[in-house]
Amino acid sequence: MDNISALLAEGRDTVESSDSLAALDEVRVRYLGKKGLLTQQLKQLGSLPAEERPAAGQAINRAKQALQESIEVRKAALRAVALEAEIESQSVDVTLPGRGQAPGGAHPVTRTMGRMEEIFRRAGFAVYSGPEIEDEFHNFEALNIPEQHPARAMHDTFYFPSGHLLRTHTSPVQIRAMREDGVPIRMIAPGKVYRCDSDQTHTPMFHQVEGLVVDEGISFANLKAVLHGFLETFFERKVQLRFRPSYFPFTEPSAEVDVSWGEGWLEVLGCGMVHPRVLEHVGVDAERYTGYAFGMGVERLAMLRYGVDDLRLFFDNDLRFLRQFC
Amino acid sequence: MKFSEAWLREWVNPRMSTETLVHELTMAGLEVDSFEPVAPEFHEIVVGHVLSCHPHPEADKLSVCSVDAGTGDPLQIVCGAPNVHAGMKAPTALPGARLPGGLKICRTKLRGVGSCGMLCSEAELGIGEGADGIMPLPPDAPIGDDLRDYLGLEDTVIDVDLTPNRGDCFSILGIARETAVNTKKSLNWPDLEAVSAEVDTEFPIDVRAPEACPRFCGRVIQGIDPAAETPQWMKEKLRRSGLRPISPVVDVTNYVMMELGQPLHGFDLDTLQEGIVVRMAKSGEKLVLLDGREIALEDDMLVIADHGGARALAGIMGGDTSGVSQDTVNVFFEVAFFNPAQISGRARRLGLHTDASLRFERGVDPQGQRRAIERATQLLTMIAGGRPGPVMEVKSEAHLPERAPVVLRRSRLATVLGAAIDDDEVEHILTSLGMEVVGEENGWSVAPPSWRFDIAIEEDLIEEVARVHGYDAIPETPARGDTTFDRVTETVVPASDVNRVLIDRGYREVVTYSFVDERLQSVLFPKAKPIRLNNPISSEMTDMRVSLWPGLIAVLTQNLSRQQERVRIFESGLKFYFEEGEIRQVPCVAALMAGLRWPEQWSAEKVPGDFYDLKGDLEAVLALTGAADQFSIVAETHPALHPGQSARIRRGAVHVGWIGAVHPAHLSRFNINTNAYLFEMEMDIALESRIPTYRGISRYPAVRRDLALLVEERISAESLVKEVREGVGELLREVRIFDIYRGDPIDSGLKSVALGLILQDSSRTLTDDDVEGVVQAVISRLERTLKARIRD
Repeated sequence: MDNISALLAEGRDTVESSDSLAALDEVRVRYLGKKGLLTQQLKQLGSLPAEERPAAGQAINRAKQALQESIEVRKAALRAVALEAEIESQSVDVTLPGRGQAPGGAHPVTRTMGRMEEIFRRAGFAVYSGPEIEDEFHNFEALNIPEQHPARAMHDTFYFPSGHLLRTHTSPVQIRAMREDGVPIRMIAPGKVYRCDSDQTHTPMFHQVEGLVVDEGISFANLKAVLHGFLETFFERKVQLRFRPSYFPFTEPSAEVDVSWGEGWLEVLGCGMVHPRVLEHVGVDAERYTGYAFGMGVERLAMLRYGVDDLRLFFDNDLRFLRQFC
Repeated sequence: MKFSEAWLREWVNPRMSTETLVHELTMAGLEVDSFEPVAPEFHEIVVGHVLSCHPHPEADKLSVCSVDAGTGDPLQIVCGAPNVHAGMKAPTALPGARLPGGLKICRTKLRGVGSCGMLCSEAELGIGEGADGIMPLPPDAPIGDDLRDYLGLEDTVIDVDLTPNRGDCFSILGIARETAVNTKKSLNWPDLEAVSAEVDTEFPIDVRAPEACPRFCGRVIQGIDPAAETPQWMKEKLRRSGLRPISPVVDVTNYVMMELGQPLHGFDLDTLQEGIVVRMAKSGEKLVLLDGREIALEDDMLVIADHGGARALAGIMGGDTSGVSQDTVNVFFEVAFFNPAQISGRARRLGLHTDASLRFERGVDPQGQRRAIERATQLLTMIAGGRPGPVMEVKSEAHLPERAPVVLRRSRLATVLGAAIDDDEVEHILTSLGMEVVGEENGWSVAPPSWRFDIAIEEDLIEEVARVHGYDAIPETPARGDTTFDRVTETVVPASDVNRVLIDRGYREVVTYSFVDERLQSVLFPKAKPIRLNNPISSEMTDMRVSLWPGLIAVLTQNLSRQQERVRIFESGLKFYFEEGEIRQVPCVAALMAGLRWPEQWSAEKVPGDFYDLKGDLEAVLALTGAADQFSIVAETHPALHPGQSARIRRGAVHVGWIGAVHPAHLSRFNINTNAYLFEMEMDIALESRIPTYRGISRYPAVRRDLALLVEERISAESLVKEVREGVGELLREVRIFDIYRGDPIDSGLKSVALGLILQDSSRTLTDDDVEGVVQAVISRLERTLKARIRD
């Protein structure tokens, strides 16, 4: 029996000093394998007197079990150490930049126009578009700007030999929309417009969002509410508006709208009640229906929103500028 | 229009500051662009009298003057102005004076001679341009008077931006009327008494175009003093209105135009032959204008002629031969009402824009001619003497504008404005604007005054009421309406999704002008038919773009020159061209990629991007349609692209765009020292989207078999995949090309393509025999059709 306790003690020592799973497995085979030292002891039971055999067998099995437990404990410890080491070896510098493409970004004008669209869509406006090369009828005549009207001279129009022109405002889309879909209508038309003018505050191409609402009982008071709502949503703050009498051939009464900005006022858009002659041009009963229209400059709003101080930057497409808008 | 605040206040003087007055004008619809003091700050500058003037003993260009500035003993002042002379009066800065800009005048010595003060030029005082001499003051200027008081410099020049409908406001009278209404004041008319004739000299007037000239007034003034000077107060008012004083006759006509809004013309009577004829011009008839330009007239232009020919372009500009000169003693004043429709557009056609044409085009008061000619007579005779003849008037009532009453309904007013305005206020507003208002059962019948050309329909009156009532006083009321549904389609990929994909893949959006440089465009698209502008704004923006590529390439070159080496940009917008004589405007999206595949980073290889990088980005966009399988990329050359890296993008059989590398010749032509790749797609067809239809997911396992095939270089990947698809049929779930290899030990001219076939049946598990059969069938098909061999 002493023999067995000695074997167990020796086995335990070997287990404790094993420093790898492989070494541990060797220990298991040496003591507990088919030809293992403890297993051999069982085979030698036959040489003992029969009355000693049960007790000796029990002792050997207890020893085997005890050694097996030691191996398991040691194995778990070694695994924990190995995992720790593996983890240790796998740690990274989390401050290094991530891998892959760096995202680009939308142009500030598109970004602004997208927001404007989103705001109006949520308020129930449909979005229309129209051609940029227009004809005189849609750009002028249908909007109550006849041939000799002084407003035509003020539009600085780009013309083509065919008599077509580059639209000077997005208002012609009003005409197309009403002719196509009739009234009631609640729409906006974002897009490019062109004027033959270029200096510090004018570019020959810029963007507008036109709005039009025609229905029974639409009033100037409704127009005021919509524009105030839009501008406060756009700027995400309370703003004061100032409606100044103005003149557009296609609206009456007409107004220009200033928004409170710092100490003063900044003009942001033009608007008014749709002129009855415009409604007549598209076959709408101007007695039954009234409407309002407005037009705002996208670059103007983008400049105010993002603090851009030079209109021309929008069309320079300098990546150092564009990167500031993601 | 510029005018003097002080002049306006002579007509209507509300108790309010300049700032408030300007605000009132703006809020009445007369937008004030700017308002500036007539003169900058300066003090201690008085009217001085140069008593004597002698050359400086030490300096050629200086004079030593003795100046009486009303301070007791005369002051000795050294002056460098060439025009200084004894007897003249001039602004004199006293010792201690401060000039604009803060310069302080002290007693000093100039080249050894004492100087106590300074004689000043207009420029030094900041009240004019004249800098080459001291400012002469009239002989009657009172010595010692403060210059600010004497010249009335406590005044403001107000510049209003008048809208085209308010031609009636192009005068002090017009602005005063509006000011009076909006500040609830009344007008103080100046003394506009008629001047009786002193002689009975007339001059025949024959109006042959009464529809264009319904009223013509003329008057002879005989024997004016040609040496007379325009008084200082008139010169100052003209200057502050942006008009240059010239001579009494011209100044008086300008003054009356500015005051009453009636353009007048003064002829030298002695140059006119027999009588005035107002007629349409003959086509090709010549006229030399006051500015010296000879113009060829057209038959829709109205002229003031005599029996010798055209003498003035009616309502636009006088003629050279009949104008007043410094010798004129007999004057013929003309003031007329010309029909706006007969004037407008003509001046612009001739490249002219005058104070007269501006007013006539927008409409002058058809009832104001007599008042104007009386006023001009009164002023001219006061300044230059002369004996007026009687006022001659030729008019055609039938052609004078009619001011028909317009009905304003109470209910319509309330509907359009969304506000209730008291009847009393409505009546008060309209009456104060000079309208005749008659109450009716449902509202009012309103006759506009003669000077208003913009009141013809009910909305015109609604605007007037709203304007004077104040837009700010109208409430904000959200509209109530039915719930309606905007079209929200799933059959088209939204443009914003396309943008998003490109942005996520590193592209930055640009917005370029729709007109491009013809030279750049024609190199890239020699066969395109661009649409050219009549009036381009510069020689670099003459043609509408036939593609978004010229814009993208220009942006690339600009950014390369700004040290941006890796450029990924895209744009969406219309391209324009002629097709069978029709203008086409096609929405497109285009992208350009130049430089490294990855932004420089620690763990990515520094390799240039290539065709397949851009193609991958294109495919990511196409995948949005849910129908990527409908697209094909077909090798084909394009003048802008590298012949070996150029392809058409097709959807089914329909062309939707191009992709490829920029042609190396273009790279060097445009100084692009990097690789560059482009695609462009027409959105309408390319972005039609397939609505997904669910198909059952197989419950049986998929099997993969890989094939390494040797094929000739010319065999495209697409043709291999196509043969595999057709060979396998229904069981094929997917083919992947997972490797391409060239070189040792493969013969040149051949390449090895590794395909991964993923097979699956929807109703059973495939057996090895099934798979083997399929694979063998495919291999023999490939051997047969593409001469492919299995690589050992």
